[in-house]
Amino acid sequence: MVLALEQVGVAFGGFRALTDVTLSVAPGQVVGLIGPNGAGKTTCVNVLTGFQRPTHGKVILQGREVSGLAAHEMRRAGVARTFQAGRLFGGLDVLDNLACTGVGLGLRRSVAEHEASALLNWMGMAALESRAAAGLPYTDERRVAIARALMGKPRFLLLDEPAAGMSEAEAADLAALIGRIAAELGVGCLLIEHNVGLVLSVCTQVVVLDGGRIIEKGDREAILGSRAVREAYLGTYAEAA
Amino acid sequence: MSLQLLFDALALGGIYAIAALGIALIFGVMRLVNFAHGQFIACAVFALIVPSTDALAVLGLGRLPAPVLIPLILALGAGLAVAAEALVFRLMRNASPVALMVGSFALGVALQNLLLVVYGGRPKAVSLWAELSHPVQIASAEVPLLQLIVIVTVAMILAALAIMLRHTRLGLEMRAAAEDFTMARMLGVRANRVISGAFALSGAMAAVVALVLVAQTGVADVRMGGQIMLVAFIATVVGGMGSLSGAVAAGLAIGAASAFLQAGLPADARPFRDAFLYGGVILVLLIRPQGLFAPVGAKPRV
Repeated sequence: MVLALEQVGVAFGGFRALTDVTLSVAPGQVVGLIGPNGAGKTTCVNVLTGFQRPTHGKVILQGREVSGLAAHEMRRAGVARTFQAGRLFGGLDVLDNLACTGVGLGLRRSVAEHEASALLNWMGMAALESRAAAGLPYTDERRVAIARALMGKPRFLLLDEPAAGMSEAEAADLAALIGRIAAELGVGCLLIEHNVGLVLSVCTQVVVLDGGRIIEKGDREAILGSRAVREAYLGTYAEAA
Repeated sequence: MSLQLLFDALALGGIYAIAALGIALIFGVMRLVNFAHGQFIACAVFALIVPSTDALAVLGLGRLPAPVLIPLILALGAGLAVAAEALVFRLMRNASPVALMVGSFALGVALQNLLLVVYGGRPKAVSLWAELSHPVQIASAEVPLLQLIVIVTVAMILAALAIMLRHTRLGLEMRAAAEDFTMARMLGVRANRVISGAFALSGAMAAVVALVLVAQTGVADVRMGGQIMLVAFIATVVGGMGSLSGAVAAGLAIGAASAFLQAGLPADARPFRDAFLYGGVILVLLIRPQGLFAPVGAKPRV
């Protein structure tokens, strides 16, 4: 019962954004996806959530091929995501931001609001319910975006750089939240992050992408000990310098 | 300020507000400035009379009793707008806003010419609810009954729309779609239903404006939607494109300003009332180019 990519390739014209990528996320598991800029991390998420059709290979959800499903169909099938730029509805209050997703998933408005309220409460953000999304502080905006993605009890949650721009303390809070989402809700999480420390602290399994290919896969020790990973990161640092 | 003038201002402003809402509702969900809105109004007017190019208008639907006629004309307006969306704008869903706008112009011209073919180009006298021009004494003011009805109707429409947007499922979806249509769609919001809903509401509001215009002026003219469409468009720009409350406020303000200028300007300057009015509009836009109530989502974010 997993969400998986099987030998997925994505080509934009002649440019190969992903080549032969195979990875999977199980319910309750937190998988990290790291790699230098342009490695293909967001493309992976886009393929997994129906935003991008794979050129080759398959997307599998619970044993069924779902490669052709559109974004909202994947969302209905239980695969939710967040975006790098939170993308909340600024003029709506926090509760309506969540309720809107519930309604989009086919819930009645009152049911959606009830679930939204419960979810905000579970995340310790009940006080934000009637605040306009546009005026929220950055970290709250990120957490509301995660809450919105959790509406309708998805089985999988894909987080696209949720800690970008956060302080160490804020990132640690976020790590705790992701841990709870996996442990208490049983949601399988795929965490894309630049903050490697954060990834290593919450992920049981880490996948490293570089140039659209998986160069390493494994637990914390395997990643830290990997020569390929070191070279990929050092390589980009050297080029940057 | 006399009580009379206040009623004039409210009635004119109210009609402009309803017309502006018709524009703003569609712009909100589709980024389409629907220049065919004026022709929706004209079509709703001509629906009242029997199709003929004779100079003398014969009331057709217009003869029905008001409790039947009003819902019928509103439904016709809504139906026309929904049909226009399904037949024209749905095919242009991914077109640029400019292409959409040109498309709406084309639709407007086509509708106007259709009316010309069926009804002829001459304005026709239409007597709808003539008894409503009867004045009513309110304190020191003598107010035509129609004006009171218009003011109450506008207030009821605005209240109903506010409740719909705030408390219903479609309302929530429409607000979300107006903020970020792509995102709403990705979250599973029913795009077609939201857009059809916005068009239906907009068409019904065009029909409201049509009924009021006919009752007020007693004329059916193929060109009659154009002038009010222009005012409504200006009101949506002044109010802030995409903001419904902004469109309502600016529609009210423009109507009120128009009534006040009509009463307050010296007699020699009165023929140039609109020049003063639009001078004021330009001034507002110089100070706030994004409009008075620009929605949060329209601002660039840092």
